[in-house]
Amino acid sequence: MIDHGRLSRLAALGAAAAIALSACSSGGSSPAATGAAPTTGTSPAASTAASTAPCGTVNIAVNPWVGYEANAAVVSYVLKNTLGCNVVLKNIDEQTSWQGFPTGEVDAILENWGHEDLVAKYITTDKVAQDAGKTGNEGVIGWFIPKFFADANPDILTAKTNPTVLNKYAAQFKTSESGDKGQLLDGDPSFVTNDQGMINGFGLNYKVVYSGSEAASNKAIQSAIDQKKPILAYYYTPNWFSSKVDLVHIEFPAWTQGCDKDPNNIKCDYPPYHLNKVVSTKFATSGSPAFTVISKFSWTNEDQDLVAAYITDQGMSDANAAKKWLDANPGKWKAWLP
Amino acid sequence: MAAPSVGMLRRPELRLSTGAQLGLLVVVVAVLFVPFRGTWNLAHHDDASLFKALNGIRDWVDANRTINPVFLYIFGPIRSGIDALSEALTFVFDHLSWVAVMSIATALGLALVSWRTALLVAGSLAFIGLFGLWTEMIQTLVLISTAVALSLAIGIPLGIAAGRNDRFLRLASPILDFMQIMPAFAYLAPLTLIFLIGPPSAVIATLIYAIPPAVRITALGIRGVPSETVEAATSLGSSDAQILRKVQLPMARRTIGLAVNQTIMMALSIIVIAALINAPGLGESILVAIEKLKVGAAVEAGIAIVLLATVLDRVTAGLSGSPADEHRLRRFDPAARRRVLLVAGALVVGGLLGGLILHAGTDFPSAWHVSIAKPVDQATRWIEINLNPVTDAAKNIVSKYLLDPLQTVLETSPFWLTIAGIGGLAYIVSGRRATVAVVISLAVIVLLQVWEHAMQTLTMVLVGVALTMLIGIVLGVAAARNRIVSAILRPINDAAQTLPAFVYLVPAVALFGPTRFTAIVAAVIYAVPAVVRLVEDGVRAVSATVIEASTSAGTSRLQMILKVQLPMARRSLLVAANQGVVLVLAVVVIGGLVGGGALGFDVVAGFSQRNFFGRGMAAAIGIVLLGVVLDRITQGAGGRRSVGSVARRIVFGAASNRPTAM
Amino acid sequence: MTMAEAPGGTRAAGTPASVSGPSGPGAGHAPGDPTIVVRGLWKVFGPAEKRLATSTEPVPPNSELRNRYGSMAAIRDVSFEVPAGEVFVVMGLSGSGKSTLVRCLTRLIEPTRGEVLLEGEDIRTCSPSRLRELRRHRFSMVFQHFGLLPHRRVIDNVAFGLEVRGEERKARHARALEMIELVGLSGHAWSYPDELSGGMQQRVGLARALAVNPDVMFLDEPFSALDPLIRRDMQAEILRLHHDLGKTMVFITHDLAEALRLGDHIVIMRDGQIVQAGRPEDLVGAPADDYVADFVRDVPKAHVLTLRWIMRPAQPEDPLDGPSFPPGTVIRAAVHAAAATEKPIRVIEDGRLVGLVDRAHILEAVGGSEEPGGSEEPGGSRQPPGSPAPSEPIG
Repeated sequence: MIDHGRLSRLAALGAAAAIALSACSSGGSSPAATGAAPTTGTSPAASTAASTAPCGTVNIAVNPWVGYEANAAVVSYVLKNTLGCNVVLKNIDEQTSWQGFPTGEVDAILENWGHEDLVAKYITTDKVAQDAGKTGNEGVIGWFIPKFFADANPDILTAKTNPTVLNKYAAQFKTSESGDKGQLLDGDPSFVTNDQGMINGFGLNYKVVYSGSEAASNKAIQSAIDQKKPILAYYYTPNWFSSKVDLVHIEFPAWTQGCDKDPNNIKCDYPPYHLNKVVSTKFATSGSPAFTVISKFSWTNEDQDLVAAYITDQGMSDANAAKKWLDANPGKWKAWLP
Repeated sequence: MAAPSVGMLRRPELRLSTGAQLGLLVVVVAVLFVPFRGTWNLAHHDDASLFKALNGIRDWVDANRTINPVFLYIFGPIRSGIDALSEALTFVFDHLSWVAVMSIATALGLALVSWRTALLVAGSLAFIGLFGLWTEMIQTLVLISTAVALSLAIGIPLGIAAGRNDRFLRLASPILDFMQIMPAFAYLAPLTLIFLIGPPSAVIATLIYAIPPAVRITALGIRGVPSETVEAATSLGSSDAQILRKVQLPMARRTIGLAVNQTIMMALSIIVIAALINAPGLGESILVAIEKLKVGAAVEAGIAIVLLATVLDRVTAGLSGSPADEHRLRRFDPAARRRVLLVAGALVVGGLLGGLILHAGTDFPSAWHVSIAKPVDQATRWIEINLNPVTDAAKNIVSKYLLDPLQTVLETSPFWLTIAGIGGLAYIVSGRRATVAVVISLAVIVLLQVWEHAMQTLTMVLVGVALTMLIGIVLGVAAARNRIVSAILRPINDAAQTLPAFVYLVPAVALFGPTRFTAIVAAVIYAVPAVVRLVEDGVRAVSATVIEASTSAGTSRLQMILKVQLPMARRSLLVAANQGVVLVLAVVVIGGLVGGGALGFDVVAGFSQRNFFGRGMAAAIGIVLLGVVLDRITQGAGGRRSVGSVARRIVFGAASNRPTAM
Repeated sequence: MTMAEAPGGTRAAGTPASVSGPSGPGAGHAPGDPTIVVRGLWKVFGPAEKRLATSTEPVPPNSELRNRYGSMAAIRDVSFEVPAGEVFVVMGLSGSGKSTLVRCLTRLIEPTRGEVLLEGEDIRTCSPSRLRELRRHRFSMVFQHFGLLPHRRVIDNVAFGLEVRGEERKARHARALEMIELVGLSGHAWSYPDELSGGMQQRVGLARALAVNPDVMFLDEPFSALDPLIRRDMQAEILRLHHDLGKTMVFITHDLAEALRLGDHIVIMRDGQIVQAGRPEDLVGAPADDYVADFVRDVPKAHVLTLRWIMRPAQPEDPLDGPSFPPGTVIRAAVHAAAATEKPIRVIEDGRLVGLVDRAHILEAVGGSEEPGGSEEPGGSRQPPGSPAPSEPIG
């Protein structure tokens, strides 16, 4: 189940967020679908990488979290301004994105978090999609605490070998919502988490409390750090919010294949995520230069966090944020070009 | 003789007073609670059988959406019809430059109301443009226009029918009640199941919310025509159609104008909720800003909504003036009137031409930009950091001494005892019919397998209503007794009612954490203005003679409030309690997004996670039923329902002046 | 349905109308026949109505109706006849059923049982379109609170009835202007109703009712909402219009003085039933029961009663050279003559001596009913015999 791991944020809220993305980057509520040259542009000639090279239309799914938004901003900026592609951004959730491959509504997913079941169906069985390489981002999901608290109580980080050490701190993590147990703050209900299973498996005196949305979780974490109060929360990286809060990951015994198969009794940490891109087979074999860019696209967690911070903190439009990063890192993106 | 005995028999005079009955009820429930507590508790399970069954329905709908005739020939066309309507409006706005839109709106303000309103319109729109929210405002306008047009197209004919036919009104009334009690948040999931996400679903969600006032106010207008006038027309041989056309409609015109106004305000008030299912516009701007914790940006979008509401309110208020206005208009110097219309016409033409000459785009020039986001963000951060110790303590106290004990009682009481207790309460304050509705609703909540969460939500609502009434009565009495207080409170109330609750959810989380109390605070902020207005109006309505008589009897100020003004305003207080309950419930469930948990959270979960769909759906229905329970009890206390009492809800609408935004 | 004779026997007291009513369309309706005949009329409100309307079972008394069925009978077995060209007054206190009654006559309220014949035609069996025809042409109504349309000017209010029956704007405005002039509102045609005083508004109501040139006018407490002085003017106006136009009028009031002043015939209602029917002098001279007696106690008898009520048979020893009057002369009109002579007044009908009235009786009739200090107006005898409306209000 943890393959769904990063169904981050409030799905509904997030879907709306992604709409804004399209509004910003394609200059209005009506996507630029009809604007660009109606070239079929799929000849191999496009690989000359000339800015006027025919590229055609590329349908990119935009899943609703800021990190993804950063990927989409940068990639679509390159596609539009370097290859002259007509980029259509579609604001849909993960499941719907995959469903778009066979119908041709979606050509590419730019940040995929696992999804073994979908991989099995669309890639292995139906063969309508294929892996397009790693994004370079390493995803981590887990339990996080403020750095000041970890500094003051370093033995809490021994949970990797001794998970029950957390029980020592349960009283400190207690809140008005957790009764006489320690509180583990989970965010949006669309995270399918292992948290209750881990509490059971490790025998921890904690209660999962749902904030109801990623925004509420983030605010609660920020507020706790403001007030120098302990807080234990589900969190993931890369994460645009990391630039605002100083959090430390509490590691548990490492994930091994199958250690999490009983959702009610899990004795290991979340698995590591090597985020990748997925494209439709049709798109991959079309010869579009856009496919080359997408499959070559790769950057670091820091890169993504930076662009995400441009978008969130500095209030830049996606296009401006992308341009700022691209201008500063020409070496990186030029390597993506055909 | 099989004639029904309609309960006309005089009740024996042996009855206990209401107070004694309530006391007895409390004693009986308490006696039963002690031995049975902790049994029959119906604990919550995330994967209850019913939830799975509902998931099955969802799967069926998903699988059959493209082949089932109901979807193909009913829901599909409805969806595409609404889509076409909003596309058409979008097309119009896409061809109007911002200069043209602004001049046309200003001209409307001038032609329908006054130059003062025209200035207000121009200024408000300019401000929205300066905030960089012009495009979003236009999107919102398109959505609202679509929803309002449909609401009126459906609501006014139904209102006319309800105005002319008692049977129809009696039939429609409970349905309208139901639509109004239902928190919009609760019906989003079923709507998206049928109509998918996007503007059509948002429009339909708005319709559900906006049609009832359109129906009710129109019916009130038709019923407000003196019966003698209708008789006079009848006695002269008018046909039904003639009476409607020549008598009832013209005489109800101003009230129907109010219906238009209220419908627009209602539609505006749920645009943020609508944005949850992908309606574009200002609501979406707020959600996007919240997602990124940008309070300043959310406030800007919130202010844009308030400004848009003000513009629409003032311009359409011209449709619903008092008879005195009618007089004024009638006496209006025709030459002056012509001049005004000429100026308005010139504005429209000038705007259209000006847009072309200046090559103005459809969007407001981005070079002209004003932002208050930074200072707002800084101020909010300051408040968050510095007030937190106080607010956190307040949260802990209320949670520990109010929420927790009450929740424990409701959670550990056997469900049958709770149902009996609430049913008994309903019987004592509201009579038999209300009791039937209440008991059935609670029983269905049991069957929905959301009992425990319903009790948690109920706890929050009860505490929220208690706080709302306390604050509302204190402020309302103060406002009624002191003009200065009233003058200060009015604009604050207006803002609190029009500013979407979502705007202040983020700072509320910072101050109170993601907790039940945060949901309650948001609900109280949302519900207090309406209660203040009702209490203020009720206390003001106490006749001056009674006040004089009491004063001359040597009543002290406190005695005056406690023994004269509040008891005499009893009716208003009960209406206020009823409204308070409905409003608090509406926001408490939104509190699921900020740590409120319980049913609200289940609904959120149902949205975002396919596996939780059934649970979300059951919770949504549970919320509605909880609303019915609370409404029936408070409504009954406020007086029996009759054809005439329909007016009360509308009168409330008039008293609280504007619907509130969530 | 049995035909119930109204208590007091309206028919017996009938005096031929001074103006003959226009003939109606009803089968077998002759010019001399009553314009309206009401027989066995019932109106039950409440759940029991439906059943009672379709059966012939006796209607239970109101106490039982109320307790067992949650219903009540507002009109209980009412029968009467309205002679053509008369002003027929229905009088009663509030709640007596009089307003319900007048609405039943025009089917603004559907009666439960009984017959209402308008010029021989049973309006209860009319189709809705026929009923509309009747309303548009044959009868019209005036209301207590005027029932004017505030969004229309006076002229369009007056023309409303003509408008709904489809007359051209020009023609109906011409007719409306005529009516406006007739009721004395010249110059106000283009005002709005709320710019007029109450009395003037009711004149608009009258003009509206008259504009359709109806055979019968129903007036439901038309002056109750007006100030007393204006009320008197309006009563005079009614008498004038009645005199000039000779319309049959059914006039509802709770004011006895108004009833006595206007009515050719009066019925008194109480709890939905007719307590007494008759000419004004019948009610004053011979109250049917204590209820009516109580009503008329303070009425100055000399203003209402005629010589017929106090004459005695002539005795051989009586001097027969005193002043002579017809029997329908109001007592008050004979006071001057009686004061001028010791001799008894002769009552002559059709040239034949029908009785004598002693001076003592006249003084008794006058003194016994006048309020102490009540001034006596000269010349109270302008009423022609048989039209015994007193010339001033009572009380």
